[in-house]
Amino acid sequence: MARSVTTQHKTIATAAAWIVALLIFFPILYTIITSFKSEQEAIQGFSMIPSGTMESYAEVQAQSGYFKFFLNSVLLSVGSTILALLVAIPAAWSMAFSPTKRTKDILMWMLSTKMMPAVAVLFPIYLIFRDAGLLDSRIGLMIMLMLINLPIVVWMLYTYFREIPGEILEAARMDGASLWNEIVYVLTPMAVPGIASTMLLNIILAWNEAFWTIRLTTTEAAPLTAFISSFSSPQGLFWAKLSAASTLAIAPILIMGWFSQKQLVRGLTFGAVK
Amino acid sequence: MATQQTRSLARFMMAPSVVLLFVWMIVPLVITIWFSFQQFNPLNPIHDGFVGFSNYALFYSNPAFLQSILNTLTLVVSVLLITVIGGILLALLIDQPMWGQGIVRILVISPFFVMPPVAALVWKNMIMHPQYGVFADIARLFGAQPIDWFGQHPMLAIIIIVAWQWLPFATLILLTALQSLDGEQKEAAEMDGAGFISRFIYLTLPHMSRAITVVILIQTIFLLSVYAEILVTTNGGPGYASTNLPFLVYQKALLEFKIGQASAGGVIAVILANIVAFFAMRAVGKNLDK
Repeated sequence: MARSVTTQHKTIATAAAWIVALLIFFPILYTIITSFKSEQEAIQGFSMIPSGTMESYAEVQAQSGYFKFFLNSVLLSVGSTILALLVAIPAAWSMAFSPTKRTKDILMWMLSTKMMPAVAVLFPIYLIFRDAGLLDSRIGLMIMLMLINLPIVVWMLYTYFREIPGEILEAARMDGASLWNEIVYVLTPMAVPGIASTMLLNIILAWNEAFWTIRLTTTEAAPLTAFISSFSSPQGLFWAKLSAASTLAIAPILIMGWFSQKQLVRGLTFGAVK
Repeated sequence: MATQQTRSLARFMMAPSVVLLFVWMIVPLVITIWFSFQQFNPLNPIHDGFVGFSNYALFYSNPAFLQSILNTLTLVVSVLLITVIGGILLALLIDQPMWGQGIVRILVISPFFVMPPVAALVWKNMIMHPQYGVFADIARLFGAQPIDWFGQHPMLAIIIIVAWQWLPFATLILLTALQSLDGEQKEAAEMDGAGFISRFIYLTLPHMSRAITVVILIQTIFLLSVYAEILVTTNGGPGYASTNLPFLVYQKALLEFKIGQASAGGVIAVILANIVAFFAMRAVGKNLDK
């Protein structure tokens, strides 16, 4: 770079950015710190140094069976993502490799379904789920989450698949590869990174979905979103326990999120910003 | 190249997605529209029947409905203003050469990955609690009276929480756009003696305009349906002070079982979302043609 950067400029920028970044991160940091305090410590005023006790974590598991909710979150987010991929991969594939005049319209229409507010269909869905016996069932919620995220999955896969050069397919065909061989040996290896990115973003979105997961579950299928919401009415001293439960609920997805910044931009802007 | 065979194969591959999305969108929506013209109460079915537009008329007569629409718009507009302006400033800052840029990015983006009920409860109990929150500690340090955020300023409190969740998203998108700005153009502008402000107005801002549009549109879709943050903090109160349209529909449908009114609210939410969607589709569609 020809532009010379003075050390002074860099120092000021570094200091300013770190201060702002730490302020933004502070609520998360303070929650993690508080989760290692006892309930007495947690209400004794501001302190960044916890005693390091793990009792809140033990209590969250003992009192409410935290692990069951965690397992539901994993099952629902991974399950709904796999379902969505199974449905979306063929669709995105055909739209990317044999587009027709209507491909663009179909893509736009899929996107438009994402814009329908959930509340508009709350009661019908509730009725359908009740009558089908799907309320509080993992399968029902998995299908629900799959449907919500399907447009984003199709779109993301489409933008990735479109970048695979068509000439390679033609060359394979010239060499006499059958459709099956073409898919298994030529396309799949090139599509794997795109599919993996899509999967990552979709698991994050499904994990954090907090409308249907709260409204359509009670106990059996309830994931972490529903579990955490049960802390909305405080019961006595619960600051440290709330912090421990919150830390456990966000830790896995926070770490996954750090690795998915690029996919996030691409997936949530439908390819408009890369 | 497309033969008859590959074309029918393509249709076959697309069918599951299209059929699923069609059924999932159309069936419940039709049921909602049908209910919006009915009086329907599962607990008290005596008066059930067709009532024309009277469910919609309630939107003009019932202060809760007007309040909820006003709250919905206040939330959307305030959060958009905070996140877009804040996002531009933050993106400009993070784009500067610095030490530890990767870690700064990770810290800034983190709130976006916090699930809504956790974000809201952390703010409610750890930060804004009038007795044990960090804000109360700071207020006492200066000898001031701690603020009862959710009692006195419920909407402001929710706006702060939701803005905290979405500022990272805006920053990340705008930063991505900023980093794709051609370095040579920037240098050329600098050589020509353009100052920071004029470079920003004539070069950076136009370059970021598409990203800004996308941020506004995508956020609006999500902000129109904020729900969990209200559920776990104020529960819509005090009174209807922090009830938005989604929350009101939920209350009417699943707590009061006034299905007709709830459905009318749902249809209005769809109309609101469609106005936004119209502009969103145009912006994203333009990009497809490239």
